[in-house]
Amino acid sequence: MKHLDEYRDSGRARALAAEIARAMTRPWRIMEICGGQTHAILRFGIGELLPPGLELVHGPGCPVCVTPLELIDRAIELAQTSGVVLASFGDMLRVPGSKTDLLAARARGAQVAMVYSPLEAVRLAVQKQDRQIVFFAVGFETTVPGVALAVREARQLGLRNFSILSAHVLVPPALRAILGSPQSRIQGVLAAGHVCTVEGYEDYEPIAAEFGVPVVVTGFEPVDLLQGILLCVRQLEQGRAEVENQYARAVRREGNREAKALVREMFEPVDRKWRGIGVIPSSGLALRPAWREFDAEARFALSTGAVEEPSECISGLVLQGAKKPYECAAFATRCTPERPLGAPMVSSEGACAAYYRYGRHHA
Amino acid sequence: MCLAIPGEIIEITGGDPLTRMARVSFGGVVREASLAYVPEAKPGDYVLVHAGFALQTIDEEEARRTLELIAQLGGAEEEGAP
Repeated sequence: MKHLDEYRDSGRARALAAEIARAMTRPWRIMEICGGQTHAILRFGIGELLPPGLELVHGPGCPVCVTPLELIDRAIELAQTSGVVLASFGDMLRVPGSKTDLLAARARGAQVAMVYSPLEAVRLAVQKQDRQIVFFAVGFETTVPGVALAVREARQLGLRNFSILSAHVLVPPALRAILGSPQSRIQGVLAAGHVCTVEGYEDYEPIAAEFGVPVVVTGFEPVDLLQGILLCVRQLEQGRAEVENQYARAVRREGNREAKALVREMFEPVDRKWRGIGVIPSSGLALRPAWREFDAEARFALSTGAVEEPSECISGLVLQGAKKPYECAAFATRCTPERPLGAPMVSSEGACAAYYRYGRHHA
Repeated sequence: MCLAIPGEIIEITGGDPLTRMARVSFGGVVREASLAYVPEAKPGDYVLVHAGFALQTIDEEEARRTLELIAQLGGAEEEGAP
């Protein structure tokens, strides 16, 4: 496939890996933000191509993983409410809440519909006028424009039975929180390509400057990842901390103007709790008052209490790059994709699932 | 969840800019996608599709430049499977 196969070519990958080795005079530690990148790194064995001094640590870019237990519990509560159908991306169905998950709740009669696009949830609302359809809006900046358009379409169609439960999260505030932590060991960052396709990368420029950390906007294929790493290593070796764009075929500095304009018109930043990490100021998005009629939290009376994480799960440390999945005592024993303790073992973007799936049970 | 795949626009359907849809081919597998956020996209263009929405048109010139930069490193001539 064009625009994919070229970036999976082994010759190019080896040339880039050799160049990284040539450029390095000392060890470096780089975080890739996006869970999709983490999976590609493990799937294609990128770690084996890299010189031994280069450590990749995995970031928080797995929206399913960082969705707090309380919100998953609220989604389950909605699905169990008479007359309500909860529409969700498939990725969310097996993520454990405090007591159960959406799939298990569905087996016991809760109404859960799996959708590929938020527009499908709107179509469902058109078809089932006697039901309230709630879309579980999980995702980073990449996913928000689609949800915005779905809500807009619901208003245009005059639908009174469509709303969203927003769990949307934003990368820059989380990156600030991670880099600003006294325990941070991150020297360079690969920014998530598709988040920047929407939002651009202007927001990362003050972050690179403030923390003295190079940020390279990077794609998802092996050649993209290796080129992103090379650009990052060159900056580190030269003592630079700038924002560079490896993924120029899909990312412009200003992002997608149309998408950003609609998202800003409809959503506003709110403080959001990240599972395993805690509350990060202005790191989530909620519908603005003019659109609140489509906010499930305004439409339904939902539980509000906080819930505790299972004590054995170290997902917060994994999501901040402080620990590798195999450093968890429960990894691959008491925590597996079939019986997960935490979300990173379930999600197709979770670091624990990637290490489990590709057989990395040790360093 | 931020997975987005490049595909070629085969045919554009739908009227006003915010409801414009397309049939997009991903190596022969054809799916519908909204073109609301890529108003300039036309048949034959490659777009990056995420959850039913085209998020950006692939910039062919930038793609060529990226591959050229890598070719300058040498070693890129050994084409093959990963």
